[in-house]
Amino acid sequence: MLRYILWRIMVMIPTLVMISLLIFTIIELPPGDYFESYVEQLKAIGEKADMQEIEDLRARYGFDKSEPVRYLNWVSGMVTGDFGYSFEYRMPVTDVVGDRVWLTILVSTVTIIVTWLLAFPIGVYSATHQYSWGDYGLTLLGLIGLAVPNFVLALVLMYFANIWFGTSIGHLMDQQYLSEPMSWAKVKSILEHIWIPVIIIGTAGTAGMVRRLRANLLDELNKQYVMTARAKGLHPFRVLVKYPLRMSLNFFISDIGSILPAVISGAEITAVVLSLETTGPMLIRALQSQDMYLAGSFLMFLSFLTVIGVLISDIALALFDPRIRLRGGRTR
Amino acid sequence: MTSTLPPQTDLPHYVHQGHFDPYALEKGSEGSLINQASQLRLMWLRFKQHRLALISGILLLIAYLMIVVVEFLAPYQVHTRNVDFIYAPPQAVHLFHEGEFVGPFVYGRKMTLDMVNLQRVYTDDRADVQKLRFFCHGETYRFWGMAEGNLHFVCPAENGQLYLLGTDRLGRDVLSRILYGARISLTIGLLGVATSFILGIVIGGIAGYWGGWFDLVVQRVIEVLQSIPSIPLWLALAAIMPADWSPLLIYLGITFILGLLDWTGLARAVRSKLLSLREEDYVLAAQLMGAGSARIIGRHLIPGFMSHLIASATLTIPGMILGETTLSFLGLGLRPPITSWGVLLTEARSVSIVALYPWLLFPVLPVIFVILAFNFLGDGLRDAADPYR
Repeated sequence: MLRYILWRIMVMIPTLVMISLLIFTIIELPPGDYFESYVEQLKAIGEKADMQEIEDLRARYGFDKSEPVRYLNWVSGMVTGDFGYSFEYRMPVTDVVGDRVWLTILVSTVTIIVTWLLAFPIGVYSATHQYSWGDYGLTLLGLIGLAVPNFVLALVLMYFANIWFGTSIGHLMDQQYLSEPMSWAKVKSILEHIWIPVIIIGTAGTAGMVRRLRANLLDELNKQYVMTARAKGLHPFRVLVKYPLRMSLNFFISDIGSILPAVISGAEITAVVLSLETTGPMLIRALQSQDMYLAGSFLMFLSFLTVIGVLISDIALALFDPRIRLRGGRTR
Repeated sequence: MTSTLPPQTDLPHYVHQGHFDPYALEKGSEGSLINQASQLRLMWLRFKQHRLALISGILLLIAYLMIVVVEFLAPYQVHTRNVDFIYAPPQAVHLFHEGEFVGPFVYGRKMTLDMVNLQRVYTDDRADVQKLRFFCHGETYRFWGMAEGNLHFVCPAENGQLYLLGTDRLGRDVLSRILYGARISLTIGLLGVATSFILGIVIGGIAGYWGGWFDLVVQRVIEVLQSIPSIPLWLALAAIMPADWSPLLIYLGITFILGLLDWTGLARAVRSKLLSLREEDYVLAAQLMGAGSARIIGRHLIPGFMSHLIASATLTIPGMILGETTLSFLGLGLRPPITSWGVLLTEARSVSIVALYPWLLFPVLPVIFVILAFNFLGDGLRDAADPYR
């Protein structure tokens, strides 16, 4: 088991290196750098830029060096916890981001858990009651969840919450707690707010998962061993729990790899509309102002989150399924 | 053969007198039609069984035909502004006026300013019956920006207005803008899929057929691309497009970006199919006859699973349309003057606007409809791709 986990972590490293290369390329793609646009901006409002200061900043952050050196600096900085410098905020990225990283992780994790809790019973019901009214209704509901863009769902939900509860459901906590340290009151406030984004982000993922779980379970249910078990006179429920459900549980855990990127994507969009205190709105702003180091760190962080999520799901899968554990090698 | 042996002890050489028909089996009496049907026909028969997919396919076909003649269908042009009717709510079409049949008409509108709430209030003027005209001469447009014309399917009455889905903050007709937006939103998905299709087949094909180090690299790249959340990456790529690009370039750029991240699934499918198919005897036969790799892949292998590819590509179109809508909504995708459904939805950016002018959310209906239709169509095609199952 330990060998498998170690092997799995080793495999993660080249993936992360390639992701970082890709993101660095994206950061470097726009012509010029932040300082050039900054000088232009100052000129536009009629101020003179302090060229000496700019040159100093350039040298300090290594903009005078070649690309490979800059890449190495960026990556080695990230490994030691230094995510670079946001030029727009004039602060290290770690300080700008602050709590937002944890809130993003919180929102994503809660969404995944809720997705699981919802998708599992619905998927099992749909598969065991194939072509029933319940199955059709749930499938239709799921399809609509897939088809409605997240941001529209967020807008509509906000609108109705406004009418029904008379409250504004934006943000992730009451504004008074924003700069306060963690306390029970703050946790309570977050819990009161978190369910709206979780519903919005979760719908598409839940719908997709139900669909795949249903198809998967249906495949299992049509297999010979199920028929044998039924022929022996086992109660249908016991048959379901004892064999096919266990098989599809595997798939259930590994499916996290396919819904996690979608959940994180959805979380970013929803966060913009609901103005949540997560990384989403900041990522958009950083991209709009071409504050590329901030944006790059965000992208790297989000990708890292996905990779870690897949790692956890793979390890969980190995715990559940001896076939994977013993092979100790490729999972796909 | 149904001939029986003659009852003799030594078996003589026997030749059946009848004419030998090598296709006799295929002409067999039972299920004769289905046995002779071509692969394409079998697929069609299978596809027809999936009612929802068939209906979706027909509706999508109509939608794509509609975008060819948008100028004719839309009562107004995409940028026509009417400053007297800003944020006007949708008008209802009536048939009867005071118990009397007049045919489809709308009531005229009176606008008053509510100075307390600082709102424009529109009320129906019951005396002003504006009969709709069909196949009429209305606003002049340039058909596809080339030929001039003014024939419309429906126009408002002379000096009247027709805002079936209301107007936006500049007094532009939402219905006309949705129709014009379809031109962008519907094609962006197709072009994006075409991009990813080509990338997927070429990259997946090379990786699957040759294997080796290229295959290893491609597999790692696919894993990496699939583990990056797509929308943030799309956003980053869209953000680095220079702001001074022309609308057409931005449109093509967005299409390319959408296709750039989407090919991974297709490439994987192509690769795994090729890996199993390249061991088939007919590939060996082709190789022995001196066919090159490109010819074997292109002529013999890919046609074998093209239908699967088309089906799975259809299922990725909704993601692209949603992606474009989201990018545009966040202000990093298409920008006005290009009009797509996503650009239209940016008008409904905040809750206060949705609360006051809910009709600005109408562009989301075609988005939902198209995404559902493509999902059903893709499901049907996927089932039809393997008619023997």
